[in-house]
Amino acid sequence: MNPVQFNRKDLITLEELSPEEIGLILDTADSFKEISERPIKKVPALRGVTVANLFFEPSTRTRISFELAEKRLSADTVSFSTSTSSVVKGETLRDTAQNIQAMKVDVVVLRHSSSGAHRFLSRFLEASIINAGDGQHEHPTQALLDMMTLRQRLGSLEGKKITIIGDIMHSRVARSNIWGLTKMGAKVTVCGPPTMMPTEIEKLGVGGVNVELDIRKAVAEADAINILRIQLERQKLHLFPSLQEYFEVFGVRPDVLDYAPPHCIVMHPGPMNRGVEIDQDVADGERAVILRQVTNGVAVRMAVLFLIAGGKVEDSSIQ
Amino acid sequence: MIEWKDKRDFWIIGAKVVDPEAGKVRAGSILIQKGLVTDIVWQKSVETDLPVLDASGYYLSPGFIDIHTHLREPGYEEKETVETGTAAAAAGGFTSVVSMANTDPVADEPSVIEFILSRAEAAGKCRVYPVAAVTKGLKGEQLNEYYFLKKAGAVALSDDGNYILNSQVMRNAFEYAGYHDLTIISHCEDPFLTEYSLMNESFSSTRLGMRGAPAASEEIAIARDIALAQLTGSRLHIAHVSTQGGVELIKAAKKKGIPVTAEVTPHHLTLDETMLDSYDSNLKVNPPLRSKKDISALRQALKDGIIDCIATDHAPHNEIDKQVEFDRAPSGMIGFETAFAQLNTELVASGVIELVNLVRFMTVEPARILGLPGGKLEKEAPADLVLFDPFEEWTLKKRMIRSKSKNTPLIGKSFTGKVAGTFLGGRWIPND
Repeated sequence: MNPVQFNRKDLITLEELSPEEIGLILDTADSFKEISERPIKKVPALRGVTVANLFFEPSTRTRISFELAEKRLSADTVSFSTSTSSVVKGETLRDTAQNIQAMKVDVVVLRHSSSGAHRFLSRFLEASIINAGDGQHEHPTQALLDMMTLRQRLGSLEGKKITIIGDIMHSRVARSNIWGLTKMGAKVTVCGPPTMMPTEIEKLGVGGVNVELDIRKAVAEADAINILRIQLERQKLHLFPSLQEYFEVFGVRPDVLDYAPPHCIVMHPGPMNRGVEIDQDVADGERAVILRQVTNGVAVRMAVLFLIAGGKVEDSSIQ
Repeated sequence: MIEWKDKRDFWIIGAKVVDPEAGKVRAGSILIQKGLVTDIVWQKSVETDLPVLDASGYYLSPGFIDIHTHLREPGYEEKETVETGTAAAAAGGFTSVVSMANTDPVADEPSVIEFILSRAEAAGKCRVYPVAAVTKGLKGEQLNEYYFLKKAGAVALSDDGNYILNSQVMRNAFEYAGYHDLTIISHCEDPFLTEYSLMNESFSSTRLGMRGAPAASEEIAIARDIALAQLTGSRLHIAHVSTQGGVELIKAAKKKGIPVTAEVTPHHLTLDETMLDSYDSNLKVNPPLRSKKDISALRQALKDGIIDCIATDHAPHNEIDKQVEFDRAPSGMIGFETAFAQLNTELVASGVIELVNLVRFMTVEPARILGLPGGKLEKEAPADLVLFDPFEEWTLKKRMIRSKSKNTPLIGKSFTGKVAGTFLGGRWIPND
């Protein structure tokens, strides 16, 4: 088994993880994948561990994915989102989290619209924090499940060329992917409208990324394309003139994929805007691994929960 | 430690006296009678029958003057009051502070100016010179009654925090302010470019996933106000310059003889955007902490006289408001009690500027910009002085802070140089 230890209390960013730690999470996820394929999809690995899923921002798939991962590891779980919490009554994030901790919760899975909210909370919480997305900063488990999918399809990540297309500026998925992929030796290209390309993005990650605004050139050598969701409200900020024009210039359509190598796969973190950032035929096409990403999401989150909660992969409780 | 009971007439001897106007630091003795400086002799000691305060080991200079502060009263007494704010100012060596108009109610009526002055009088820790708002309610639309406001005691005009977007309104304000011999202090920020911004726009903002305010937001606003100052011939003072580009615009304007002056804050001279890795909301200020390159340009501009003075932009916010997610926290940090120590540590002790110049940027220069009394060593002027030890080492602890709010990223930091206390009209206000 991998000799690397995972000794972190929290998982807040991929920026702070070493390649070995990322490798350990991915290896662990690979070994957990099979649990979800058993007739009885449950192991006692996190029996007695309490996990609170605090979602201060709407989410369907990430929350369900975390909840399934927790249940399949036999953790006790509670979940809430802003609409059902006391946050609407004006309670601060700090108070809400500390109150939940006072009920002896071991792990807090947190999604929040403010970049840095996890770093802020980690000053007050003894419970482990797992970042399920903070503002426009990072979404580490999404990037990990993307990387798990890439490893399954491409073998290793070393030297592979991954192109991320869309609203890079506002995307935590892009940032986490850039950190994770570059740490694992992949070469990342980002593509999107200049209004959605953040300042000095070329310096992000280990060794930086390529910026290529022409989508045909951006996909020309790609082993994989990761298409980001366009938040429709961005149009109101005048970051692009119309959805139709976006689809024409930056949408991933079959004719765009004609410029990509035949083996190039297509990923999307969801939820998709079909006909905006991704064409219907591409979303449902042979290159798409989008549902596989979702499946892998559960295994990656099981791995993260397991490693954070102190488990060892050789542990008999996962057998 | 200075032990002193107030006397009507006395000598201060033994100190090194800083004369920021002459640019000299010499052994000297100062006679104070009935609250006024009545004699200055350039010798270490004097023969006298009067009481003597031996300040050996300390430096004595005109009291510091801060032309950009927020005392929060009336309206935000949970953050600061005139009493707590002036106590903090005195602890930092200030004998005069200029309070900004963004109170509630806004300082756009004589009664608010009079109220602030009466509160300062009652507190008696530091002189307070209120700024009146340029426009009614800081809304950038209707001019206030500058004549009545000046008569009530307003020393300058500013909608600080709000940039007056309508250039015709700003032009009228300049014309009218010029007629009343008042300087307009402008917070130069194009609010469209900074909407939702949380920090400087740069690689750091990209990395941290926070919306950035580009330097252009400050440069555009400075450029327009310089053009209007040129058009009207009225005086413009630019608040808290934070960018290299802003410095270049001011340099060009000064070269053309346009009546423009500028200030820089201690935090923009010493703290940079990379510190925001911690997402510590005490580092959230407006304008935001900029790059190391900007810091170098600001320091050079101060040395070259392009930036005229230092002002703290002391902006108290209590812990409840600040201890939230970064994007929900208000902007601002307190500055009175650390300004001198921080700058003495970062700029003087490290050889960037001389002590006498630091004192000049905190005395003569700010007084000159707004035509305030004080800031110089003068006979027959009120004895507003500060005693400090530029070599004393100390560490800032939260409980030491006199300001009602504790929003500073400097808690736990060590400094070289400590204020021992001030004399306000000859009355000793110790910092102990």
